[in-house]
Amino acid sequence: MWIRSAMTYRASFVVTVFGNLLVTGLDFVAILLMFSQVDSLGGWSLPEVAFLYGLSATAFGIADLTFGSMDVLGGRMRDGSFDTLLVRPVPVLAQVAADHFAVRRLGRITQGALVLGWGLLAVDVDWTAAKVLLVPVMLVCGGVIFCAVFVAGAAFQFLAQDAAEVQNAFTYGGTTLLQYPPTVFGKDFVRGVTFVLPLAFVNWVPASYVLERPYPLDLPSWTAFASPLVAAVCCALAGLAWRAGLRSYRSTGS
Amino acid sequence: MGSGRLYLAVAVGGFRRYATYRAATAAGVFTNTVFGVILVYTYLALWDEKPHLGGYDQTQAVTYVWLGQCLYATLAIQGGGAEKDLMQRIRTGEIAVDLYRPADLQLWWLAGDVGRALFQMLGRGVIPFAFGALFFPMALPADVTLWAAFAVTLLLATLVSFAIRYLAALSVFWLMDGMGVNQALMITGVFFSGMVLPLNAFPGVLGEIVRVLPWAAQIQMPADVLMGETDPLRAYAFQAAWAVVLLAAGRLVQSAATRRVVVQGG
Repeated sequence: MWIRSAMTYRASFVVTVFGNLLVTGLDFVAILLMFSQVDSLGGWSLPEVAFLYGLSATAFGIADLTFGSMDVLGGRMRDGSFDTLLVRPVPVLAQVAADHFAVRRLGRITQGALVLGWGLLAVDVDWTAAKVLLVPVMLVCGGVIFCAVFVAGAAFQFLAQDAAEVQNAFTYGGTTLLQYPPTVFGKDFVRGVTFVLPLAFVNWVPASYVLERPYPLDLPSWTAFASPLVAAVCCALAGLAWRAGLRSYRSTGS
Repeated sequence: MGSGRLYLAVAVGGFRRYATYRAATAAGVFTNTVFGVILVYTYLALWDEKPHLGGYDQTQAVTYVWLGQCLYATLAIQGGGAEKDLMQRIRTGEIAVDLYRPADLQLWWLAGDVGRALFQMLGRGVIPFAFGALFFPMALPADVTLWAAFAVTLLLATLVSFAIRYLAALSVFWLMDGMGVNQALMITGVFFSGMVLPLNAFPGVLGEIVRVLPWAAQIQMPADVLMGETDPLRAYAFQAAWAVVLLAAGRLVQSAATRRVVVQGG
Protein backbone atom coordinates (compact mmCIF):
# COMPACT_ATOMS: atom_id res chain seq x y z
CA MET A 1 0.00 0.00 0.00
CA TRP A 2 2.76 2.44 0.96
CA ILE A 3 4.70 1.51 -2.17
CA ARG A 4 1.68 2.13 -4.35
CA SER A 5 0.98 5.45 -2.67
CA ALA A 6 4.55 6.52 -3.32
CA MET A 7 4.36 5.48 -6.96
CA THR A 8 1.24 7.56 -7.54
CA TYR A 9 3.36 10.67 -7.90
CA ARG A 10 6.01 9.26 -10.18
CA ALA A 11 8.01 12.45 -10.74
CA SER A 12 7.95 13.30 -7.06
CA PHE A 13 9.09 9.73 -6.28
CA VAL A 14 12.08 9.95 -8.62
CA VAL A 15 13.02 13.32 -7.15
CA THR A 16 12.83 12.04 -3.58
CA VAL A 17 14.93 8.93 -4.34
CA PHE A 18 17.50 11.19 -5.97
CA GLY A 19 17.30 13.65 -3.09
CA ASN A 20 17.72 10.80 -0.63
CA LEU A 21 20.82 9.71 -2.50
CA LEU A 22 22.19 13.25 -2.18
CA VAL A 23 21.31 13.62 1.49
CA THR A 24 22.84 10.31 2.45
CA GLY A 25 25.85 11.03 0.26
CA LEU A 26 26.67 14.16 2.22
CA ASP A 27 28.65 12.34 4.88
CA PHE A 28 30.80 10.75 2.20
CA VAL A 29 31.30 14.18 0.67
CA ALA A 30 32.50 15.27 4.12
CA ILE A 31 35.03 12.41 4.09
CA LEU A 32 36.15 13.38 0.58
CA LEU A 33 36.57 16.97 1.74
CA MET A 34 38.73 15.80 4.61
CA PHE A 35 40.86 13.70 2.28
CA SER A 36 41.29 16.68 -0.03
CA GLN A 37 43.41 18.08 2.80
CA VAL A 38 45.19 14.95 4.09
CA ASP A 39 46.38 11.59 2.76
CA SER A 40 45.23 9.48 5.67
CA LEU A 41 42.89 9.69 8.62
CA GLY A 42 43.82 7.83 11.78
CA GLY A 43 46.39 6.02 9.62
CA TRP A 44 43.80 4.73 7.12
CA SER A 45 43.80 5.63 3.42
CA LEU A 46 40.80 6.90 1.46
CA PRO A 47 39.99 3.53 -0.22
CA GLU A 48 40.10 1.83 3.17
CA VAL A 49 37.80 4.43 4.69
CA ALA A 50 35.53 4.10 1.65
CA PHE A 51 35.41 0.34 2.30
CA LEU A 52 34.37 0.97 5.92
CA TYR A 53 31.89 3.62 4.83
CA GLY A 54 30.35 1.43 2.14
CA LEU A 55 29.88 -1.49 4.53
CA SER A 56 28.35 0.66 7.25
CA ALA A 57 26.11 2.70 4.95
CA THR A 58 24.81 -0.32 3.01
CA ALA A 59 24.17 -2.42 6.13
CA PHE A 60 22.42 0.54 7.72
CA GLY A 61 20.46 1.12 4.50
CA ILE A 62 19.14 -2.46 4.65
CA ALA A 63 18.01 -1.96 8.25
CA ASP A 64 16.56 1.46 7.47
CA LEU A 65 14.54 0.04 4.58
CA THR A 66 12.98 -2.65 6.77
CA PHE A 67 12.77 -1.04 10.22
CA GLY A 68 13.38 2.65 9.50
CA SER A 69 9.75 3.52 10.21
CA MET A 70 10.14 2.70 13.89
CA ASP A 71 10.32 6.37 14.81
CA VAL A 72 6.66 6.94 13.92
CA LEU A 73 5.81 4.62 16.80
CA GLY A 74 5.97 7.36 19.44
CA GLY A 75 3.57 9.52 17.45
CA ARG A 76 1.18 6.60 17.00
CA MET A 77 1.19 5.93 20.73
CA ARG A 78 0.48 9.59 21.47
CA ASP A 79 -2.46 9.92 19.08
CA GLY A 80 -3.85 6.52 20.01
CA SER A 81 -3.71 5.01 16.53
CA PHE A 82 -1.27 2.40 17.84
CA ASP A 83 -4.23 0.59 19.38
CA THR A 84 -5.59 -0.34 15.95
CA LEU A 85 -2.37 -2.25 15.26
CA LEU A 86 -2.89 -4.31 18.39
CA VAL A 87 -6.25 -5.72 17.36
CA ARG A 88 -5.20 -6.79 13.86
CA PRO A 89 -4.27 -10.48 13.41
CA VAL A 90 -0.73 -9.67 12.23
CA PRO A 91 2.36 -9.38 14.46
CA VAL A 92 2.60 -5.82 15.71
CA LEU A 93 6.30 -5.60 14.88
CA ALA A 94 5.62 -6.48 11.23
CA GLN A 95 2.92 -3.83 11.04
CA VAL A 96 5.11 -1.15 12.53
CA ALA A 97 7.90 -2.08 10.14
CA ALA A 98 5.56 -1.78 7.18
CA ASP A 99 4.09 1.47 8.45
CA HIS A 100 5.09 4.31 6.10
CA PHE A 101 7.34 1.87 4.24
CA ALA A 102 9.37 4.15 2.05
CA VAL A 103 10.95 2.89 -1.13
CA ARG A 104 12.87 6.15 -1.37
CA ARG A 105 15.16 4.67 1.25
CA LEU A 106 16.64 2.65 -1.61
CA GLY A 107 18.66 5.82 -2.18
CA ARG A 108 20.69 5.11 0.94
CA ILE A 109 21.48 1.52 -0.07
CA THR A 110 22.38 2.57 -3.60
CA GLN A 111 24.71 5.26 -2.36
CA GLY A 112 26.36 2.95 0.17
CA ALA A 113 26.75 0.19 -2.42
CA LEU A 114 28.35 2.58 -4.90
CA VAL A 115 30.95 3.70 -2.37
CA LEU A 116 31.50 0.08 -1.28
CA GLY A 117 32.00 -0.97 -4.90
CA TRP A 118 34.61 1.72 -5.41
CA GLY A 119 36.25 0.89 -2.09
CA LEU A 120 36.48 -2.81 -3.01
CA LEU A 121 38.13 -1.99 -6.33
CA ALA A 122 40.48 0.61 -4.87
CA VAL A 123 41.78 -1.10 -1.71
CA ASP A 124 45.10 -2.86 -1.91
CA VAL A 125 44.21 -6.35 -0.66
CA ASP A 126 45.35 -9.89 -1.48
CA TRP A 127 41.90 -11.39 -1.84
CA THR A 128 41.45 -14.91 -0.48
CA ALA A 129 38.29 -17.01 -0.50
CA ALA A 130 37.69 -16.24 3.18
CA LYS A 131 38.00 -12.49 2.62
CA VAL A 132 35.69 -12.50 -0.39
CA LEU A 133 33.14 -14.52 1.53
CA LEU A 134 33.33 -12.25 4.53
CA VAL A 135 32.06 -9.19 2.62
CA PRO A 136 28.47 -10.39 2.04
CA VAL A 137 28.45 -11.87 5.55
CA MET A 138 29.35 -8.43 6.93
CA LEU A 139 26.56 -6.78 4.96
CA VAL A 140 23.90 -9.22 6.14
CA CYS A 141 25.06 -9.37 9.77
CA GLY A 142 25.59 -5.61 9.85
CA GLY A 143 22.07 -5.11 8.54
CA VAL A 144 20.71 -7.47 11.20
CA ILE A 145 22.64 -5.73 14.00
CA PHE A 146 21.27 -2.36 12.91
CA CYS A 147 17.77 -3.87 12.70
CA ALA A 148 18.16 -5.00 16.31
CA VAL A 149 19.16 -1.46 17.29
CA PHE A 150 16.05 -0.09 15.56
CA VAL A 151 13.79 -2.60 17.33
CA ALA A 152 15.43 -1.95 20.71
CA GLY A 153 14.94 1.79 20.10
CA ALA A 154 11.29 1.17 19.32
CA ALA A 155 10.93 -0.82 22.52
CA PHE A 156 12.43 2.12 24.39
CA GLN A 157 9.70 4.35 22.98
CA PHE A 158 7.14 2.44 25.02
CA LEU A 159 8.92 3.94 28.01
CA ALA A 160 9.78 7.35 26.65
CA GLN A 161 6.89 7.99 24.21
CA ASP A 162 8.04 11.43 23.10
CA ALA A 163 11.74 10.73 22.70
CA ALA A 164 12.08 9.15 19.26
CA GLU A 165 15.21 11.17 18.73
CA VAL A 166 17.21 9.21 21.30
CA GLN A 167 17.06 6.41 18.78
CA ASN A 168 18.78 8.62 16.19
CA ALA A 169 21.84 8.85 18.40
CA PHE A 170 22.28 5.08 18.16
CA THR A 171 21.12 4.46 14.59
CA TYR A 172 22.34 7.48 12.62
CA GLY A 173 25.08 8.11 15.17
CA GLY A 174 26.14 4.48 14.95
CA THR A 175 26.44 4.45 11.18
CA THR A 176 28.31 7.79 11.19
CA LEU A 177 30.72 6.40 13.75
CA LEU A 178 31.46 3.25 11.76
CA GLN A 179 32.27 5.29 8.67
CA TYR A 180 35.55 6.34 10.27
CA PRO A 181 38.45 4.08 11.28
CA PRO A 182 38.43 2.81 14.89
CA THR A 183 41.88 4.36 15.39
CA VAL A 184 40.23 7.80 15.28
CA PHE A 185 38.28 7.24 18.49
CA GLY A 186 39.28 7.03 22.13
CA LYS A 187 39.89 3.59 23.68
CA ASP A 188 36.93 3.76 26.07
CA PHE A 189 34.67 4.85 23.28
CA VAL A 190 35.73 1.89 21.12
CA ARG A 191 35.25 -0.42 24.12
CA GLY A 192 31.68 0.86 24.46
CA VAL A 193 30.76 0.14 20.83
CA THR A 194 32.43 -3.26 20.96
CA PHE A 195 31.21 -4.77 24.23
CA VAL A 196 28.14 -2.74 25.24
CA LEU A 197 26.54 -1.85 21.90
CA PRO A 198 28.44 -4.24 19.61
CA LEU A 199 28.40 -2.06 16.51
CA ALA A 200 32.11 -2.78 15.94
CA PHE A 201 31.06 -6.16 14.52
CA VAL A 202 29.21 -4.47 11.65
CA ASN A 203 32.48 -3.54 9.97
CA TRP A 204 35.44 -2.52 12.19
CA VAL A 205 36.39 -6.00 13.42
CA PRO A 206 35.73 -8.07 10.25
CA ALA A 207 37.14 -5.30 8.03
CA SER A 208 40.36 -5.38 10.04
CA TYR A 209 40.75 -9.00 8.93
CA VAL A 210 40.06 -8.17 5.27
CA LEU A 211 42.40 -5.17 5.23
CA GLU A 212 45.00 -6.92 7.44
CA ARG A 213 44.93 -4.12 9.94
CA PRO A 214 45.53 -4.52 13.69
CA TYR A 215 42.26 -5.41 15.40
CA PRO A 216 40.60 -2.72 17.52
CA LEU A 217 41.36 -3.32 21.23
CA ASP A 218 43.74 -6.17 20.18
CA LEU A 219 40.84 -8.60 19.93
CA PRO A 220 41.77 -12.21 19.03
CA SER A 221 41.67 -12.92 15.30
CA TRP A 222 38.70 -15.31 15.42
CA THR A 223 36.44 -12.37 16.39
CA ALA A 224 36.49 -11.30 12.73
CA PHE A 225 34.11 -14.20 12.10
CA ALA A 226 31.95 -13.60 15.17
CA SER A 227 29.53 -11.19 13.48
CA PRO A 228 26.76 -13.78 12.85
CA LEU A 229 26.87 -14.80 16.51
CA VAL A 230 26.77 -11.16 17.65
CA ALA A 231 23.89 -10.45 15.28
CA ALA A 232 21.92 -13.42 16.65
CA VAL A 233 22.43 -12.32 20.26
CA CYS A 234 21.44 -8.74 19.38
CA CYS A 235 18.25 -9.99 17.75
CA ALA A 236 17.33 -12.11 20.75
CA LEU A 237 17.88 -9.21 23.16
CA ALA A 238 16.00 -6.74 20.96
CA GLY A 239 13.14 -9.21 20.65
CA LEU A 240 12.93 -9.58 24.42
CA ALA A 241 12.99 -5.79 24.87
CA TRP A 242 10.24 -5.39 22.29
CA ARG A 243 8.03 -7.96 24.03
CA ALA A 244 8.60 -6.38 27.42
CA GLY A 245 7.76 -2.97 25.95
CA LEU A 246 4.63 -4.21 24.23
CA ARG A 247 3.42 -5.84 27.45
CA SER A 248 3.91 -2.66 29.41
CA TYR A 249 1.91 -0.63 26.89
CA ARG A 250 -1.06 1.26 28.28
CA SER A 251 -3.21 3.10 25.81
CA THR A 252 -3.64 6.87 26.06
CA GLY A 253 -7.15 6.22 27.28
CA SER A 254 -8.72 9.22 25.62
CA MET B 1 4.04 50.22 20.65
CA GLY B 2 0.93 48.07 20.33
CA SER B 3 2.31 46.11 17.39
CA GLY B 4 5.57 45.56 19.25
CA ARG B 5 3.61 43.82 21.98
CA LEU B 6 1.85 41.69 19.38
CA TYR B 7 5.10 40.35 17.93
CA LEU B 8 6.48 39.81 21.40
CA ALA B 9 3.43 37.71 22.20
CA VAL B 10 3.96 35.69 19.01
CA ALA B 11 7.61 35.13 19.97
CA VAL B 12 6.62 34.00 23.44
CA GLY B 13 4.13 31.64 21.84
CA GLY B 14 6.87 30.16 19.65
CA PHE B 15 9.07 29.70 22.72
CA ARG B 16 6.36 28.03 24.77
CA ARG B 17 5.24 25.77 21.99
CA TYR B 18 8.64 24.13 21.73
CA ALA B 19 9.08 24.17 25.51
CA THR B 20 6.06 21.85 25.78
CA TYR B 21 7.93 18.83 24.44
CA ARG B 22 10.33 18.17 27.29
CA ALA B 23 11.16 14.55 26.52
CA ALA B 24 11.80 15.43 22.89
CA THR B 25 14.13 18.21 23.99
CA ALA B 26 16.03 15.87 26.30
CA ALA B 27 16.29 13.37 23.44
CA GLY B 28 17.67 16.10 21.20
CA VAL B 29 20.26 17.07 23.79
CA PHE B 30 21.40 13.46 23.99
CA THR B 31 21.61 13.08 20.22
CA ASN B 32 23.52 16.33 19.74
CA THR B 33 25.97 15.31 22.45
CA VAL B 34 26.62 11.89 20.87
CA PHE B 35 27.13 13.41 17.43
CA GLY B 36 29.39 16.05 18.97
CA VAL B 37 31.62 13.38 20.50
CA ILE B 38 31.86 11.47 17.20
CA LEU B 39 32.70 14.65 15.27
CA VAL B 40 35.26 15.79 17.84
CA TYR B 41 37.19 12.54 17.45
CA THR B 42 37.18 12.75 13.65
CA TYR B 43 38.25 16.41 13.70
CA LEU B 44 41.03 15.63 16.15
CA ALA B 45 42.28 12.90 13.80
CA LEU B 46 42.07 15.31 10.88
CA TRP B 47 43.90 18.12 12.70
CA ASP B 48 46.44 15.55 13.87
CA GLU B 49 47.34 14.85 10.25
CA LYS B 50 47.27 18.50 9.28
CA PRO B 51 47.79 20.90 12.18
CA HIS B 52 46.42 24.43 11.69
CA LEU B 53 44.05 23.34 8.95
CA GLY B 54 41.98 26.38 8.00
CA GLY B 55 43.89 28.48 10.53
CA TYR B 56 42.43 26.60 13.52
CA ASP B 57 44.39 24.69 16.10
CA GLN B 58 42.97 21.51 17.68
CA THR B 59 41.18 23.23 20.56
CA GLN B 60 39.56 25.66 18.12
CA ALA B 61 38.40 22.77 15.93
CA VAL B 62 36.85 21.16 19.02
CA THR B 63 35.16 24.43 19.97
CA TYR B 64 33.78 24.68 16.45
CA VAL B 65 32.22 21.21 16.73
CA TRP B 66 30.37 21.98 19.96
CA LEU B 67 29.25 25.35 18.70
CA GLY B 68 27.82 23.61 15.64
CA GLN B 69 25.91 21.14 17.86
CA CYS B 70 24.66 24.06 19.95
CA LEU B 71 23.41 26.02 16.92
CA TYR B 72 22.12 23.02 14.95
CA ALA B 73 18.57 23.21 16.30
CA THR B 74 18.75 26.90 17.23
CA LEU B 75 19.29 28.01 13.65
CA ALA B 76 17.31 25.08 12.20
CA ILE B 77 20.37 24.27 10.07
CA GLN B 78 18.59 21.28 8.57
CA GLY B 79 15.26 23.08 8.33
CA GLY B 80 12.34 22.30 10.59
CA GLY B 81 11.65 25.74 12.06
CA ALA B 82 8.85 28.18 11.29
CA GLU B 83 9.11 27.47 7.56
CA LYS B 84 7.73 23.96 8.10
CA ASP B 85 4.43 25.32 9.45
CA LEU B 86 4.35 28.10 6.88
CA MET B 87 4.65 25.59 4.04
CA GLN B 88 1.88 23.52 5.57
CA ARG B 89 -0.40 26.57 5.82
CA ILE B 90 0.28 27.59 2.25
CA ARG B 91 -0.43 24.09 1.00
CA THR B 92 -3.69 23.75 2.90
CA GLY B 93 -4.80 27.31 2.19
CA GLU B 94 -4.87 28.33 5.84
CA ILE B 95 -2.46 31.07 4.84
CA ALA B 96 -5.57 33.06 3.80
CA VAL B 97 -6.38 33.44 7.48
CA ASP B 98 -2.88 34.74 8.19
CA LEU B 99 -3.24 37.30 5.42
CA TYR B 100 -6.37 38.64 7.05
CA ARG B 101 -4.59 39.33 10.31
CA PRO B 102 -3.76 42.96 11.04
CA ALA B 103 -0.10 42.01 11.21
CA ASP B 104 2.78 41.85 8.81
CA LEU B 105 3.18 38.30 7.47
CA GLN B 106 6.98 38.26 7.44
CA LEU B 107 7.34 39.85 10.89
CA TRP B 108 4.72 37.50 12.31
CA TRP B 109 6.62 34.39 11.20
CA LEU B 110 9.96 35.95 12.14
CA ALA B 111 8.72 36.60 15.68
CA GLY B 112 7.54 33.00 16.04
CA ASP B 113 10.85 31.68 14.72
CA VAL B 114 12.90 33.88 17.05
CA GLY B 115 10.94 32.49 19.99
CA ARG B 116 11.58 28.96 18.73
CA ALA B 117 15.30 29.68 18.24
CA LEU B 118 15.63 31.08 21.75
CA PHE B 119 14.07 27.99 23.26
CA GLN B 120 16.17 25.59 21.16
CA MET B 121 19.27 27.50 22.22
CA LEU B 122 18.50 27.33 25.94
CA GLY B 123 16.78 23.96 25.98
CA ARG B 124 18.81 22.05 23.47
CA GLY B 125 21.99 23.95 22.67
CA VAL B 126 23.56 24.95 25.96
CA ILE B 127 23.90 21.48 27.50
CA PRO B 128 25.87 19.82 24.65
CA PHE B 129 28.10 22.92 24.58
CA ALA B 130 28.67 22.76 28.34
CA PHE B 131 29.34 19.01 28.06
CA GLY B 132 31.96 19.73 25.39
CA ALA B 133 33.59 22.43 27.51
CA LEU B 134 33.70 20.06 30.48
CA PHE B 135 35.19 17.00 28.80
CA PHE B 136 37.26 18.39 25.92
CA PRO B 137 39.82 21.20 25.73
CA MET B 138 38.11 24.20 24.15
CA ALA B 139 39.29 27.62 23.05
CA LEU B 140 36.86 29.86 24.90
CA PRO B 141 37.63 33.52 25.57
CA ALA B 142 37.82 34.93 29.08
CA ASP B 143 36.97 38.35 27.70
CA VAL B 144 33.36 39.43 28.31
CA THR B 145 33.28 41.79 25.33
CA LEU B 146 33.99 38.86 22.99
CA TRP B 147 31.04 36.97 24.44
CA ALA B 148 28.86 40.04 23.94
CA ALA B 149 30.07 40.35 20.35
CA PHE B 150 29.29 36.66 19.92
CA ALA B 151 25.73 37.21 21.16
CA VAL B 152 25.21 39.87 18.49
CA THR B 153 26.45 37.54 15.73
CA LEU B 154 24.00 34.91 16.99
CA LEU B 155 21.15 37.35 16.63
CA LEU B 156 22.20 38.24 13.09
CA ALA B 157 22.70 34.54 12.29
CA THR B 158 19.12 33.89 13.40
CA LEU B 159 17.89 36.59 11.00
CA VAL B 160 19.83 35.18 8.04
CA SER B 161 18.71 31.64 8.85
CA PHE B 162 15.08 32.73 9.00
CA ALA B 163 15.37 34.78 5.80
CA ILE B 164 16.68 31.78 3.83
CA ARG B 165 13.96 29.45 5.13
CA TYR B 166 11.22 32.04 4.62
CA LEU B 167 12.17 32.42 0.97
CA ALA B 168 12.19 28.65 0.59
CA ALA B 169 8.76 28.36 2.19
CA LEU B 170 7.26 31.00 -0.10
CA SER B 171 8.21 28.88 -3.11
CA VAL B 172 5.39 26.54 -2.08
CA PHE B 173 2.95 29.17 -3.40
CA TRP B 174 4.11 28.06 -6.84
CA LEU B 175 5.24 24.46 -6.19
CA MET B 176 2.24 23.44 -4.02
CA ASP B 177 4.39 20.88 -2.19
CA GLY B 178 7.33 21.42 0.10
CA MET B 179 9.01 17.99 -0.08
CA GLY B 180 11.67 18.94 -2.60
CA VAL B 181 12.29 22.35 -1.07
CA ASN B 182 12.75 20.79 2.36
CA GLN B 183 15.29 18.41 0.96
CA ALA B 184 17.13 21.27 -0.74
CA LEU B 185 17.13 23.21 2.55
CA MET B 186 18.55 20.21 4.32
CA ILE B 187 21.38 19.63 1.85
CA THR B 188 22.38 23.27 1.44
CA GLY B 189 22.03 23.94 5.15
CA VAL B 190 24.19 21.05 6.32
CA PHE B 191 26.80 21.50 3.64
CA PHE B 192 27.14 25.27 3.25
CA SER B 193 26.66 26.17 6.92
CA GLY B 194 29.75 24.16 7.73
CA MET B 195 28.08 21.40 9.76
CA VAL B 196 30.24 18.77 8.01
CA LEU B 197 33.51 20.71 8.09
CA PRO B 198 34.42 24.28 9.05
CA LEU B 199 34.11 26.44 5.94
CA ASN B 200 37.67 27.70 6.31
CA ALA B 201 38.88 24.09 5.95
CA PHE B 202 37.16 23.70 2.55
CA PRO B 203 39.79 23.46 -0.18
CA GLY B 204 40.60 26.00 -2.90
CA VAL B 205 37.97 27.77 -4.95
CA LEU B 206 35.16 25.79 -3.32
CA GLY B 207 36.26 27.24 0.00
CA GLU B 208 36.29 30.78 -1.37
CA ILE B 209 32.77 30.33 -2.73
CA VAL B 210 31.21 28.82 0.39
CA ARG B 211 32.69 31.53 2.58
CA VAL B 212 30.79 34.32 0.77
CA LEU B 213 27.44 32.52 0.57
CA PRO B 214 24.76 33.51 3.14
CA TRP B 215 25.06 30.18 4.96
CA ALA B 216 28.52 31.26 6.14
CA ALA B 217 26.70 33.73 8.41
CA GLN B 218 25.31 30.88 10.50
CA ILE B 219 28.07 28.89 12.20
CA GLN B 220 31.32 30.10 10.70
CA MET B 221 30.87 33.78 11.60
CA PRO B 222 29.76 33.28 15.22
CA ALA B 223 32.56 30.73 15.69
CA ASP B 224 35.21 33.05 14.29
CA VAL B 225 33.99 35.96 16.42
CA LEU B 226 33.93 33.86 19.59
CA MET B 227 37.43 32.54 19.01
CA GLY B 228 38.79 35.95 18.03
CA GLU B 229 39.60 34.80 14.50
CA THR B 230 37.84 37.71 12.85
CA ASP B 231 37.01 41.33 13.57
CA PRO B 232 33.44 41.41 14.96
CA LEU B 233 32.56 44.46 12.86
CA ARG B 234 33.52 42.63 9.68
CA ALA B 235 31.32 39.70 10.71
CA TYR B 236 28.40 42.00 11.53
CA ALA B 237 28.70 43.71 8.14
CA PHE B 238 28.72 40.37 6.32
CA GLN B 239 25.76 38.98 8.27
CA ALA B 240 23.71 42.19 8.19
CA ALA B 241 24.24 42.61 4.45
CA TRP B 242 22.90 39.12 3.77
CA ALA B 243 20.05 39.59 6.25
CA VAL B 244 18.92 42.80 4.54
CA VAL B 245 19.20 41.37 1.04
CA LEU B 246 17.39 38.12 1.88
CA LEU B 247 14.66 39.72 4.00
CA ALA B 248 14.03 42.29 1.25
CA ALA B 249 13.86 39.49 -1.31
CA GLY B 250 11.42 37.75 1.01
CA ARG B 251 9.16 40.81 1.05
CA LEU B 252 9.29 41.07 -2.71
CA VAL B 253 8.44 37.42 -3.28
CA GLN B 254 5.79 37.62 -0.58
CA SER B 255 3.93 40.45 -2.32
CA ALA B 256 4.10 38.55 -5.61
CA ALA B 257 2.91 35.38 -3.92
CA THR B 258 0.02 36.85 -1.98
CA ARG B 259 -1.38 38.32 -5.17
CA ARG B 260 -1.81 34.73 -6.33
CA VAL B 261 -3.95 33.71 -3.39
CA VAL B 262 -7.54 33.02 -4.30
CA VAL B 263 -9.82 32.44 -1.34
CA GLN B 264 -12.52 29.93 -2.12
CA GLY B 265 -15.90 30.75 -0.71
CA GLY B 266 -18.20 28.19 0.81
